[in-house]
Amino acid sequence: MSEVAVDRHLDHHDVGPAKGLTRWLFTTNHKDIGTLYLWFSFLMLLIGGGMALVIRSELFEPGLQFVDPAFFNQMTTNHGLIMVFGAIMPAFVGLANWLLPMMLGAPDMALPRMNNLSFWILPFAFAMLLSTLFMEGGGPNFGWTFYAPLSTTYAPDSVTFFIFAIHLIGASSIMGSINIIATILNMRAPGMTLMKMPLFVWTWLITAYLLLAVMPVLAGVVTMMLFDIHFETSFFNAAGGGDPILFQHIFWFFGHPEVYIMILPAFGVVSQIIPTFARKPLFGYDSMVYATASIAFLSFIVWAHHMFAVGMPLAGQLFFMYATMLISVPTGVKVFNWVSTMWRGSMSFETPMLFSIAFVILFTIGGFSGLMLAIAPADYQYHDTYFVVAHFHYVLVPGALFTIIAAVYYWLPKWCGRMYDESLGKLHFWLSFIGVNVTFFPQHFSGLAGMPRRVPDYALQFADFNMVSSIGAFIFGFSQLVFLYTVIKAIRSGTPATHRVWDSAHGLEWTLPSPAPYHSFTSPPNVTEAEAHS
Amino acid sequence: MQNNHTITVLKLSLIVVGMFGFGFAMVPLYDLLCEVTGLGGKTGGAYAYDPVVARIDKSRLIKVNFITNTNAGMPWQFWSDKGGVRVHPGELKDAKFYIKNTTERRMIGQAVASVVPFSAAEYFHKTECFCFSSQMLEPGEQMELRLRFIVDLKLPKNVQTISLSYALFDVTNFAAAEHANPYLPNRTST
Repeated sequence: MSEVAVDRHLDHHDVGPAKGLTRWLFTTNHKDIGTLYLWFSFLMLLIGGGMALVIRSELFEPGLQFVDPAFFNQMTTNHGLIMVFGAIMPAFVGLANWLLPMMLGAPDMALPRMNNLSFWILPFAFAMLLSTLFMEGGGPNFGWTFYAPLSTTYAPDSVTFFIFAIHLIGASSIMGSINIIATILNMRAPGMTLMKMPLFVWTWLITAYLLLAVMPVLAGVVTMMLFDIHFETSFFNAAGGGDPILFQHIFWFFGHPEVYIMILPAFGVVSQIIPTFARKPLFGYDSMVYATASIAFLSFIVWAHHMFAVGMPLAGQLFFMYATMLISVPTGVKVFNWVSTMWRGSMSFETPMLFSIAFVILFTIGGFSGLMLAIAPADYQYHDTYFVVAHFHYVLVPGALFTIIAAVYYWLPKWCGRMYDESLGKLHFWLSFIGVNVTFFPQHFSGLAGMPRRVPDYALQFADFNMVSSIGAFIFGFSQLVFLYTVIKAIRSGTPATHRVWDSAHGLEWTLPSPAPYHSFTSPPNVTEAEAHS
Repeated sequence: MQNNHTITVLKLSLIVVGMFGFGFAMVPLYDLLCEVTGLGGKTGGAYAYDPVVARIDKSRLIKVNFITNTNAGMPWQFWSDKGGVRVHPGELKDAKFYIKNTTERRMIGQAVASVVPFSAAEYFHKTECFCFSSQMLEPGEQMELRLRFIVDLKLPKNVQTISLSYALFDVTNFAAAEHANPYLPNRTST
């Protein structure tokens, strides 16, 4: 503790943050950069959410009301791109920045200057992406999966800006991942062995390797698009001997690991939170690590389950069907481990725990609809319907997004030294929980009944489900303003938090004072079995 | 410590470079996979017909359907005089197709072939095909195109009907160089 006191002393006199705007522009501090990532992703959440509300307004009733179909397509495309690359991924990188050094007993991230660069690329990338919406011919309108030839032969002129935005986002993710892996492998405090690391660290280590493996493939596929569009190559152009189906294979070779990139850190977050509020150690720590690694491996051999309808040989369909179903085994291990952790625990239901329990239940629903989609013969019916939309929103919104929110409530007192208002947090939770389910549950039914995705208008029999869904979307969307208010209120006027914050929280970050000092551990902490992870 | 990071970063950068290369390696790998499995109904290039070895299996009669399509935005007319032919495996057969440039400008078209069912693709051989090169037509010009093909004796027993589909693409912007210089090799083989 005395070391920590010295830290705080230094903090105020010698090595504290610089003043003014340049603090944020030139910072190499992991906490500052984590904060930047988190606020940036929240801004993107609001922008992408605004686009979702444009979509849901148009779909409130059958017929065309507010926007023309061309603009509608730009909204669905940009909503997907911004939520995936702008909201979910940077939020998890922000959490990693804030938490990894504190959890590992390190003073900072391994490569602080690259850390600064990997954040500051993002505002430029997304400014470029969003600026396409105001260009002649409009922004990307080919779906977030940007299938060729929609994104090449038939793309708006602005597609080149989209391609370079993806390049920048990819470069940012790759640098972030290298930094995270270098931190985890080289900067652990003495005694913090790999199998003592908190699960959030473990899931991020594996996620970072996934990012390194697939972001270059994404960069490659957009580069091929660039060449097809401007240099008359024929990677995806059938007239020149290319094949548009090849695009889908390369894209989904990136795309499937990408969905695990968005969910593995979420698994890590709930594995930290549930033991704290169940007041029991995590059930099956080792199996959690192995399950995460298995999921990561399997994610590379299932990509064509997104493409059952392209006309694949029977052997291919069977392989991808069984491989996909196999993923439910390690995922099931995780779900049962979380449930077993809660079993006979003395549970309390603070806001982070509520979001985590909602995650376990709702993510499992999304997992089950994923199993339905994995059945190749049935997928011919479900393919490109609202059932798919319901499925991936269940795993991404109450999946990834809920855990990010849970993480913010859980670690906010450590970050800013003040507690959030528990009643406001609970209000935010219940509005979000109800809003999410009212929005996405009816989409299962309209999808099974045959409503295609990415349409601005629909047949009359889908009217009721769509109206319910739109009402839910507005509840969910506006309840995020409660979140914003709660966080700002906590930062400005929350009651001071203790070091431990939650009485049964385990992990090195809780041995630091609240708020955590500007530089985390200038001398390595003493790592004990009990304090390493929960 | 700093040295430690340098080694880690170098190792990780190798993964990045390798995977960027792998993305591009997927292009030839995919073509190879399609060739081996007949995936996508790709039919391969010119087939060397050997009349000495060739044998005709009179016991089977395979129906070959011809399907002609023009790609969206391609204004030419494209048709075959017969919708299809019946052929014994091993027998050399001719078919005629026609294209007409209905526009007021010189254009270049390229036909791309595919075969359904995919399991028949590797047993459908073309000894001569207009799809091996692109065609340049003056405004209003019509051209007769020849296809000479042979269905392999080893065609799976369950295949009774083969559909040969051609999609005609406008490659005026692509293939101009090829037609300006007749000594250049054709850019496509299928």
